[in-house]
Amino acid sequence: MNTEQRLRLATVWLSGCSGCHMAFLDLDAWLLELAAWAEVVYSPVASDRKVYPDDVDVALVEGAVANDDNLALLLQVRQRTRVLVSFGDCAIHTNVSGLRNPLGAAEAVLQRSYLQLADGSGQCPHAPGLLPALRTPVLPLHALVPVDVYLPGCPPDPARIRAVLEALRRGERPRP
Amino acid sequence: MNVCSLRIDDRALTVAAGTSLLLAARRAGIVIPSLCHLDGLTPVGACRLCLVEVDTAGPLAACVTAAAEGMRVRTDTPLLRDIRRSLVEMLFSEGNHTCAVCIADGDCELQTMALRVGMDHNRLPGRFPSRTVDLSHPLFGLDHNRCILCTRCVRVCDEVEGAHVWDVGWRGERCRIIAGLDQPWGAVDSCSHCGKCVEVCPTGALFHKGSCGGDHPSHPERLAALLRGRRRQEGPP
Ligand code: SF4
Ligand code: SF4
Ligand code: SF4
Ligand code: FES
Repeated sequence: MNTEQRLRLATVWLSGCSGCHMAFLDLDAWLLELAAWAEVVYSPVASDRKVYPDDVDVALVEGAVANDDNLALLLQVRQRTRVLVSFGDCAIHTNVSGLRNPLGAAEAVLQRSYLQLADGSGQCPHAPGLLPALRTPVLPLHALVPVDVYLPGCPPDPARIRAVLEALRRGERPRP
Repeated sequence: MNVCSLRIDDRALTVAAGTSLLLAARRAGIVIPSLCHLDGLTPVGACRLCLVEVDTAGPLAACVTAAAEGMRVRTDTPLLRDIRRSLVEMLFSEGNHTCAVCIADGDCELQTMALRVGMDHNRLPGRFPSRTVDLSHPLFGLDHNRCILCTRCVRVCDEVEGAHVWDVGWRGERCRIIAGLDQPWGAVDSCSHCGKCVEVCPTGALFHKGSCGGDHPSHPERLAALLRGRRRQEGPP
């Protein structure tokens, strides 16, 4: 990793509740310190960039892979990132995003949410090309691409996020 | 008293013949990982986490292996560490464990064990089985998604409460704890509502209906206290 230049940091939001990102933002004042040695090159909470850039040093990837968009972005992230961090319990073992797995196909959840619980006028969302298709089963990141570091928690404790980023800055690979 | 001398992790000790390796190790200050074992219940060797290496045999479950004269036992080797992590991973894969929405989150022996064996992720794919929750009992619930089949509930209800509500039914992936030979728990008259099974359950599988995440009252240690109390009553005045 390049220690002269600022670390190129990305944060990615797949199928999760954004709670892991909120925990990251909970680092408050330390984020200013982080900004001194890391440049956020892609992030739903700290960057406007729409396309995942090349040559990323570290990516914190929140959420499980539950739809086709998640999968496409994850593959891109893996290709363009040196250290991929599986960030939070949904990324690591699907967690809440994977609660539908024992039900079989995603259809059961769609029916329940959009039809059974609707007030009569319900309809299942269907917009191919616009809405990404749901995948079954919901999978953790490491089931699809190699993962370098696991940072568990629902959400991970901000202090632990900081410890992991500081270790990565020093070129270490944190282990449990 | 018949005694035997053995070495556990290079610590020499002498224990009463018949003492399990798990308890002998504890005597030497070594805490072997265990899940199905509970002081006060007959050991069954269900979870295999307590595997130790014994010079005369392959890995053996320490809770059901008696100490013997001259035995050399190792409780923490790379092989055992690997086996233990794999066993915990299998337990997680086998059921549906979503700690973030589990009543036992933060007070669960399986979760604690995952930390202890360094399981930062599960290398095995999840099975995501379709399992049920039995809420037919007026006071308690049984969530099969979280059950690791340790049989503590089966044993405490039979051996301590004397009600024998629980058994292990079916086999293989269908294996599950059953009440009253497979009735809804609430329909089983022999249940005295004592709550012992709930207190000894290591996971969030058995729970008090009124509780929600964070106030899961699991107290496996109370069993030993209860049995001590009973012995005092039965003993000489
Ligand atoms: S029983 Fe334990 S390991 Fe399983 S989901 Fe609940 S807290 Fe997690
Ligand atoms: S509450 Fe008591 S009697 Fe009823 S099943 Fe549990 S241990 Fe057995
Ligand atoms: S319900 Fe609890 S005590 Fe009974 S076998 Fe399952 S995990 Fe063990
Ligand atoms: S504690 Fe020995 S097998 Fe479970």
